[in-house]
Amino acid sequence: MSPQTLAQPAASPAAAPETTSLTGAVATLQALVAEGVDTIFGYPGGAIIPIYDALYDFQPELNHVLVRHEQGGIHAAQGYARSSGRVGVVLATSGPGATNLVTGLADAMIDSTPLVCITGQVFAHLLGTDAFQETDIINITTPVTKWNYQVTNAEEIPEALAKAFYIARSGRPGPVLVDITKNAQMQTFDAPAYERCTHIRSYRPAPVVRKEYIEQAAALINSAKRPFILWGQGVVLGKAEQEFKEFVEKSGIPAAWTILGVGALATGHPLNVGMLGMHGNYGPNVLTNECDVLIAIGMRFDDRVTGRLDKYAKQAQVVHLDIDPTEIDKNVKTTVPVWGDCKETLPLLTALVERKEHPEWLARFNEYTAQEVDAVIREELFPTSEELTMGEVLQQLNEITGGEAVIVSDVGQHQMVACRYALQNQSRSHVTSGGLGTMGFALPAAIGAKFGAPHRPVVAIIGDGGVQMTIQELGTIMQTGVDVKIIILNNEFLGMVRQWQELFHQRRYSFVDIQSPDFVTVAAGYRIAGQRVDDRAELRPALEKMLAHPGSFLLEVMVTKENNIFPMVPQGCSVAEIRLR
Amino acid sequence: MSQEPAARQEYNITAYTENQVGLLNRIAIIFSRRKINIESLNVSPSEIEGIHRFNIVIVETEEVVEKLAKQIEKQVEVLKVYYNTNADVIWQEMALYKVPTDVIAEKVLVERLLREHGARAVVIRKDYTVFETTGHREETDNLLNALQPYGLIEFVRSARIAIIKASDGFHRKLSEFERREPSEDVAENEFLNDREAVFTM
Repeated sequence: MSPQTLAQPAASPAAAPETTSLTGAVATLQALVAEGVDTIFGYPGGAIIPIYDALYDFQPELNHVLVRHEQGGIHAAQGYARSSGRVGVVLATSGPGATNLVTGLADAMIDSTPLVCITGQVFAHLLGTDAFQETDIINITTPVTKWNYQVTNAEEIPEALAKAFYIARSGRPGPVLVDITKNAQMQTFDAPAYERCTHIRSYRPAPVVRKEYIEQAAALINSAKRPFILWGQGVVLGKAEQEFKEFVEKSGIPAAWTILGVGALATGHPLNVGMLGMHGNYGPNVLTNECDVLIAIGMRFDDRVTGRLDKYAKQAQVVHLDIDPTEIDKNVKTTVPVWGDCKETLPLLTALVERKEHPEWLARFNEYTAQEVDAVIREELFPTSEELTMGEVLQQLNEITGGEAVIVSDVGQHQMVACRYALQNQSRSHVTSGGLGTMGFALPAAIGAKFGAPHRPVVAIIGDGGVQMTIQELGTIMQTGVDVKIIILNNEFLGMVRQWQELFHQRRYSFVDIQSPDFVTVAAGYRIAGQRVDDRAELRPALEKMLAHPGSFLLEVMVTKENNIFPMVPQGCSVAEIRLR
Repeated sequence: MSQEPAARQEYNITAYTENQVGLLNRIAIIFSRRKINIESLNVSPSEIEGIHRFNIVIVETEEVVEKLAKQIEKQVEVLKVYYNTNADVIWQEMALYKVPTDVIAEKVLVERLLREHGARAVVIRKDYTVFETTGHREETDNLLNALQPYGLIEFVRSARIAIIKASDGFHRKLSEFERREPSEDVAENEFLNDREAVFTM
């Protein structure tokens, strides 16, 4: 393979740029510096030793966080990217180091998280020989990367990495993997000055917006009696929170969010009517099937949002704003497709929509909210039962932080509670594994989120199951001294699966009674302060102590064992068939 | 809801791509992930040096084909994807048939068969002869069936290649792609152009 396999036609061969003699390893790290990277999450190994050797001389400008497992490394990079809006960077070695990235890549792919992963690879002459720690990571990761590339010659490195960063962060962001053989890392070559990539001819990250669709969308919205906005992470990825707020406020349309869109409009905003989907709020689900115009912004109609698709919003005309044309008409047939970056399309749309209020329509959402409060929320947040609930932990946390913390949640019942009840004053305040539902995500992601938002408190909320999947990352916390508050909501069950077994499988609790170690003692072994709470009177003081503690703190809260998350849209049901109990 | 079950038929997908190691796999897994069988796949040069052309044949509904085409076009190194029915393209497949030479020499019927099917001898040896035909699937199939009773030794058929009737080639499009500020022409989503009834008041 020659460098030209990567190359576009050379931009300007006229003025030959000055070159410097470098190793591939040094060129790799210089590329990271040139791309503005300051934090890397990684784990060394045989095939990436030359890059680690060069890294020794790149201190302190490239802060390397030594994780305890490559999966922890990539989840940390995801947390970093999500809290900061920058590209997360991961280093791993070949073979098992590289394959340990796969879950994180799949998670980042489905949640559109910009990552650049650099893996070491065996010497080029050993490729295909089943060499020690050789694995075909390019083909393994093809379905779970936006782009990947194997470098076998150092001369390819600057351009490969420039493309990697450009592709990861532009358009609909996503994870990218660059696999660099050991010989390429060691090879000395004449490197031209690093040039950032701004154009790839076969890649069209953002389209030219077509005005006629904006006009049609505005006309449809202006004609609507019961319009309803659904927004997703696209608003956050497009850094269009302000543009979105202006659109919502001018149009006066009630707006609900997917779990990755959370916080793009503050949870306390009067037009924020709550969360969509299987465990979302009552009103947004029911009224999806009563609105006349559905305006979907930067969201992809995931099955957890739509429930049964053939009974989803069939009465509504649909306007869909998305940067990714494959999302348009993928699950829900669109009346007006607005293909483009919402940072660009929203202001155009705002300019054309009429300033309106929809008081009667909004009141209907509030009626449903009142029903949900009576049936579910009040007892969850202010329980009259003796045992603690997950919801009251969130309620107490909200009262202390006022919604200023970055919440990082894992996957399961506690995640739904955290998404439903955590106050969010600003965007990029809730990092969670949405599409893939990766248990074990939260602990490492919280570490990365803190590096990405060092001046904000970061609170990880994790179940007793998920925390045991990546608990080794307590070692990363210990070694880096990063300040992460960890709340384990322990119901002594794999709670979400147990809930399904209770509701749909006749309470046959098959292998969900997970046992846990003494988490406070485990934390103490990593020199992390901790406390266990099983009494209501201790909860508030313990949360205050945790948040005031200098450095990381693990708080284990024993909660009621067999609580269920409601409302719930049972699988195979329409959103209108959402159950309150 | 009075939708008729959408008809599945053969579609010809044409993709213009960069020449990149691994791209074949990236495109192939778009089909295999959805458990869709590729009936025929051909990768060749295109009318432009350095740009490859994939011809892929699948049997699916138009709705599925359109989604697949968009997924292929989404790949970073894919420039453009078109999909067409068989009526929209000129297409050919080539087949080779190896038969014992003595059978052809002795049986007048076989000779006539080969003539009727427009078969051309590529190699003639004492022991066997290789014939070639080019045409649509049923044409190469017909000769295959006809030769089966006469000791057919080997048969192979190529992937389909197809030219789009309505296409004026990729030269102009490529120059648009190479521009940093794309014109409406290339930036527009052609899948959106074909929408039957966009919103009407």
